[in-house]
Amino acid sequence: MKIFLITLAYLVLAPVLGGLLAGFDRIVTARMQSRVGPPLFQPFYDVLKLMAKENLAVNHFQNFYILCFLVFMIITGALFFAGGDLLLAIFALTLAGIFLVMGAYSANSPYSIIGAERELILMMAYEPMLLIAAIGLYMATGTFIVHDMIAIHRPLIFQLPGIFLGLVYILTIKFRKSPFDLSTSHHGHQEIVKGLTTEFSGPALAMIEVAHWYENILLLGLVYLFFAWYPPAAVAAVILTYFFEIFIDNTYARTKWHYAVKWSWAVAATLGVGNVATLYFLR
Amino acid sequence: MKTLFFLMAFPLLPAVLLAAVSAARWRNAIVKMSSVVLAAAAVALGVAHVKGGTSYYAVEGHWVDGALFCGEIGLSLYLLVKGFLSRRYVVPLLVVLQTGLMIYSEFFGGVVSAERDLSVDNLSVIMAMIVGVVGGLISIYSLWYMKDYHAHHPEIPNRTRSFFFVVFVFLAAMFGIVFSNNLRWMYFFWEVTSVCSFWLIGYSQTEEAVQNAFRALKINLLGGLSFALGIVYLAFVHKTVDMSQLLAMGQAAALIPAMFIAFAGLTKSAQMPFSSWLLGAMVAPTPVSALLHSSTMVKAGVYVIIKMAPILQNTAAGFVIALIGGVTFLLASATAVSQNNAKRVLAYSTIANLGLIVACGGVGTFEAVWAAILLVVFHAVAKGLLFLTVGTIEHEIGSRDIEDMHGLITRSPALAIFMLIGIAGMFLAPFGMLISKWVTLKAFIDSNPILAILLAFGSAPTLFFWAKWMGKLLAVPHTPRRTAGQIEPEEWTALLGLAVLTIGACGLFPLIAAEYIEPYTMQLYGHAFSLGYANLAIMGIMLGALILLPLGFFYFPKNLKYEGAYMAGANLPGNLSFQGSLGQPRDMIIRNVYFRAYFNEASLSRLGNWITVLLIVLMFVTAEL
Amino acid sequence: MSFLKKSPWILHYDGTSCNGCDIEVLACLTPMYDVERFGIVNVGNPKHADILLITGSVNEQNTPVVKNLYRQMPEPKAVVAIGICATSGGIFQDCYNVKGGIDKVIPVDVYVPGCAARPEAIIDGVVKALGILEEKAKALKEAAHRQPVEVEESSHD
Ligand code: SF4
Repeated sequence: MKIFLITLAYLVLAPVLGGLLAGFDRIVTARMQSRVGPPLFQPFYDVLKLMAKENLAVNHFQNFYILCFLVFMIITGALFFAGGDLLLAIFALTLAGIFLVMGAYSANSPYSIIGAERELILMMAYEPMLLIAAIGLYMATGTFIVHDMIAIHRPLIFQLPGIFLGLVYILTIKFRKSPFDLSTSHHGHQEIVKGLTTEFSGPALAMIEVAHWYENILLLGLVYLFFAWYPPAAVAAVILTYFFEIFIDNTYARTKWHYAVKWSWAVAATLGVGNVATLYFLR
Repeated sequence: MKTLFFLMAFPLLPAVLLAAVSAARWRNAIVKMSSVVLAAAAVALGVAHVKGGTSYYAVEGHWVDGALFCGEIGLSLYLLVKGFLSRRYVVPLLVVLQTGLMIYSEFFGGVVSAERDLSVDNLSVIMAMIVGVVGGLISIYSLWYMKDYHAHHPEIPNRTRSFFFVVFVFLAAMFGIVFSNNLRWMYFFWEVTSVCSFWLIGYSQTEEAVQNAFRALKINLLGGLSFALGIVYLAFVHKTVDMSQLLAMGQAAALIPAMFIAFAGLTKSAQMPFSSWLLGAMVAPTPVSALLHSSTMVKAGVYVIIKMAPILQNTAAGFVIALIGGVTFLLASATAVSQNNAKRVLAYSTIANLGLIVACGGVGTFEAVWAAILLVVFHAVAKGLLFLTVGTIEHEIGSRDIEDMHGLITRSPALAIFMLIGIAGMFLAPFGMLISKWVTLKAFIDSNPILAILLAFGSAPTLFFWAKWMGKLLAVPHTPRRTAGQIEPEEWTALLGLAVLTIGACGLFPLIAAEYIEPYTMQLYGHAFSLGYANLAIMGIMLGALILLPLGFFYFPKNLKYEGAYMAGANLPGNLSFQGSLGQPRDMIIRNVYFRAYFNEASLSRLGNWITVLLIVLMFVTAEL
Repeated sequence: MSFLKKSPWILHYDGTSCNGCDIEVLACLTPMYDVERFGIVNVGNPKHADILLITGSVNEQNTPVVKNLYRQMPEPKAVVAIGICATSGGIFQDCYNVKGGIDKVIPVDVYVPGCAARPEAIIDGVVKALGILEEKAKALKEAAHRQPVEVEESSHD
């Protein structure tokens, strides 16, 4: 019953929180650039506006993939917050991501396909670290089940500092933050127009936005796991992590794709693997 | 017992008939009927063995041993002649060595036959079902394929009769491998599959084909030599050639012969440094690639390794084998990124997945074995489907280049959907390969996290190359044009059959796991891995969602306004071209990325070969210690 | 109420502008004017945009581009001509290669005069366009109630 309630809360609250987070992001970013920035609720205005706009599409398949993207993103989050299997949640996240990429491919536009390929490159870049994070959590807790990980009441962060840092590193990719906002970005500027999302307008774009909100909350949930033994600390950690990502976003220029892959893999191979090795030898 | 014999002997009947008749009508009838019979017999065996343990059968009389021995000599002579005629003297050398060894042990080893020649357990039942059902479907497919193949390549001598003869002999030999408990028997069937593979790779008799056929032969003979060494060692040291006794004699004693046999398994399943033969084998007609080089024969290699798993469990040598598999998985997956030839991508992915299975076998714990068997099943059906679809696509669009498959979903929706099912089956969430990977990861972490890390790094390029291929298929060009080709009923049967199996295997996998795999690991280890029910429920939901989702294609959203793709405002009418810088129209051409500079085939394979050669040395060294 | 007013996304196209007006448009994004306060984002993609800002006049070369961009914007949409060039062709009106203001090619909703147009004027123009967008949205809705939306036949030059 409790699990059911949490899942329900997730379904309802995640978009709200995600939207607020996006608003907060935009304000903080503006302040960092000594601007005032939009109102906190701006992301909601944007999405509601998009819903009212005309649905322009290149072909009739493309929006279907976006619907799948949203649906599977929600399922992924539900799996995670219902305390299910972390690894399955990661796989489901990949599936959702693939649907977005397929939508962009389907539109058969030069910009969206370049964006789609870059998105795949980025997925290739972060996938090892994400799996290593799951491996590390499993080694520290003996389970992939999120519910049991939380029930352990031990500060996982002390066992998994390297993995946590590695995860924060790839979260820059997942949050679509500079220097890794190669495939599309939340800002109005992008050297490949809007990359992945170029060909989606109106309601389809709104769906993408909402899916991103769900996704961001899920990712922050992952951060939460490391501090779950003491919820206030966990919430603080989540906020600090996100703030840190915004900070990085505003201090780094966009990089090239091969640096994204090299660095992410290097981080996974050093911080991630180092941490796993330590756990293995201490076991 | 009767079914076993039937499965091993029956294919020889159509083989002989097919070699004799030349009328296409008769050939069609014979192939179809015998495929159905084989598949039915294999499934019947499967049904009869639900939750069954291991049963052993002794074959009365030594005439079978004698016949097999004569067969062996015959094969050796065939290869000797082939080797000498083509002046490839390594072949006769290897043949003489291994046949010499076998003859020596035959006459001086003392042990001529095992107590129990045949055995059947849940693993071999699963293998038999794969060989029977997938093999049957692929044979039916070949009927159409070979006809079309010769229509397209008039310069290649038409040897269709021999082709089907070899295919059915091969099927018999495959059943032989999975049912043999007597290692000598298994060795004989093993050699038969090597020779069949050799013949089929060289089918077209072009220079390249002959070259590659001999490369495959040499590597497989090397494996055969190692197999022979293992048998001779067993016969002399332990006075047995019985697989079940090998498994029962305890890790310390069994490790050395097991290493030799596992080495043979590595060559047959094309692990690095032996992977080159499988890539060369892609010159064979596509059904051959599907049948021998992805679904069945290469699985014989991993089959023996899975069989040896209880011996390898928790040994240094086993860990080294697992590392070989893991390194192969990582590097083959990475290499696949750089390939645009569909069959080569499939070949690299096959090598990679076999690597994963080998890694599971090397780890050898019950979880790992559980995962390995599921990987075998799912890979066989999905890869078979992919190969056959590529074969059909090649005939439809005249190319096996992935770039040419752009927008296949509008040109030939049925083929594109088969392709997508196959690809999704290889790497996406609710499908089998991923379930198995999930268990594999767990098994690896529980044993040694290095393997899990190899898996983590190898999965990333896997995702990349499959997804970009999918994207190619799904792109919707602005002016759809249909391909002219028709899909023949034989193709439909095979493709639809395999597609249904790919999806069905996901739905049925809890059943496969509970009825076959769990009893198998239970019997060997006393433990069985079972998925939690919660997870099953989750997988069910996801599978359901995925089945519901295709319905979306029939849903045409209203209020949709169509507008060409954004091309910086320079679109020309039709949205297929844009205004270039000097005012000329330029066609919009979209190509995938292959990163040849980073995922370089030559340097990756060099790296892989060095690492794995060292590992193989290490494997034998640690087994000795 | 509609949220169009709260989140106008802008596409900026430079016709034959001398760059004077372009600089002023971009100045609107700087901390000095910070139009993001009003939810305005410069998206650079017609398919995401609500308002098309054009600086400079139109000529033979850019006519198809302007039309393409306009066509690829989802309804409801508005066009703002920035600077006297975009309004009428300005001092270049009589050049052999200049067609004139933007309204020679696509319907323009708001004209912002000036050479160069001042950022305040540009912002003012966008705000005017918001009112027009609102009206267009209402008209679209009514039209949708009356009859099924007729898909406009896309025309190419
Ligand atoms: S109006 Fe003046 S400043 Fe603006 S583009 Fe024309 S000439 Fe340049």
